Amino acid sequence: MGITEIIFYILAFVGIVSAIVTVTARNPIYSILSLVICFFTISSHYVLMNAQFLAMVNIIVYAGAIIVLFLFVVMMMNLNELPEMSKGLIWKLAAAVGAGGLLLVMVASLKVSNELVQAQPDNSVGMIHALGRVLMGEFIVPFIMTSILLNSAMIGAVLLTKRENKFQKHHI
Amino acid sequence: MNIEILSGVSIQHYLWLSAILFVIGVFGVLSRRNAIIIFMSVELMLNAVNLLLVAFSKMHADTSGQVFVFFSMSVAAAEVAVGLAILVMLFRNMKTVDIEVLSKIKE
Repeated sequence: MGITEIIFYILAFVGIVSAIVTVTARNPIYSILSLVICFFTISSHYVLMNAQFLAMVNIIVYAGAIIVLFLFVVMMMNLNELPEMSKGLIWKLAAAVGAGGLLLVMVASLKVSNELVQAQPDNSVGMIHALGRVLMGEFIVPFIMTSILLNSAMIGAVLLTKRENKFQKHHI
Repeated sequence: MNIEILSGVSIQHYLWLSAILFVIGVFGVLSRRNAIIIFMSVELMLNAVNLLLVAFSKMHADTSGQVFVFFSMSVAAAEVAVGLAILVMLFRNMKTVDIEVLSKIKE
C-alpha cells in the first residue's frame, strides 16, 4: 500500500465522517464547522490529483465565502433559542431508504460501465498556467457570463434583504 | 475498470467516494427540517459532483472538466447568496426556518 493510497483513505474517511456529522448534528454551528472540515478534505483531494488551481479556489470560495455566509446567517438568526425541530422516525427511515436506494442504483450503474479508456497522464492539466489558457481562450464567453451572473446575484441578495422603506410606503 | 489515476488509487475509488458523499447529501435534504441544513446538504452534493469531475479530468488529462468545476463553483456561490437572502427575509417575517411551517406560507 503506497503513501498516496494511505492518504486517500484517511482523507476519504475524514470527509465521509464530517459529512455525516454535517447532516445529523442538532446544533447548526457544529454542522457548519464539520462542513468546513469536509470542504478542506475535498480540497486536499484536489491537491492529491494535482488540480492546484481548483484546490485554492475551493478553499477561497467554499471555506472562505460560503461557510462564512452560513455562519453569519446562523448566528444572526440565533437558532439555538428556537424550539427543537426534527422529523419523525418514520420520515428519517424513509429518507435513509431513499438515499440507500439511490446509492444502490449508482453502484449498479457503475458495475455495468466498463468502456473507460485512460489518456496519457499529463501533470500540467490542473496548473493555473494550463487552466488560465483554456479559461481565457476557449471558454471566454462563459467566463464573462459568470461575472454577470455573480453581479446579478449580488444585487438580488441586497435587494431581497433590504427592509422596506417606511417613508416610501406611505407616499405611494 | 481499474484505471489508476494516482499510484494505487483507481477511478473506482473516487466514484465510490463521490457516490457516498452525494448520498449523504440526499439523506440530509430528505431528513432535516431546518432550511439552512438542507442548503448545506445541497452544497455537499455539489462538492461530491465537483470531486468526480476533477477525478475524470485527471483521468482523461483534459482541462475542460476542471473549467466546468470552476463554473459550477461560481454558480454555487451565486445560489448560496440568493438562497440565504431569501431565508433571511423569510426569517424576518415568519421568525422560523422550519420547512414544515414555510410550506404553508402560500395559504
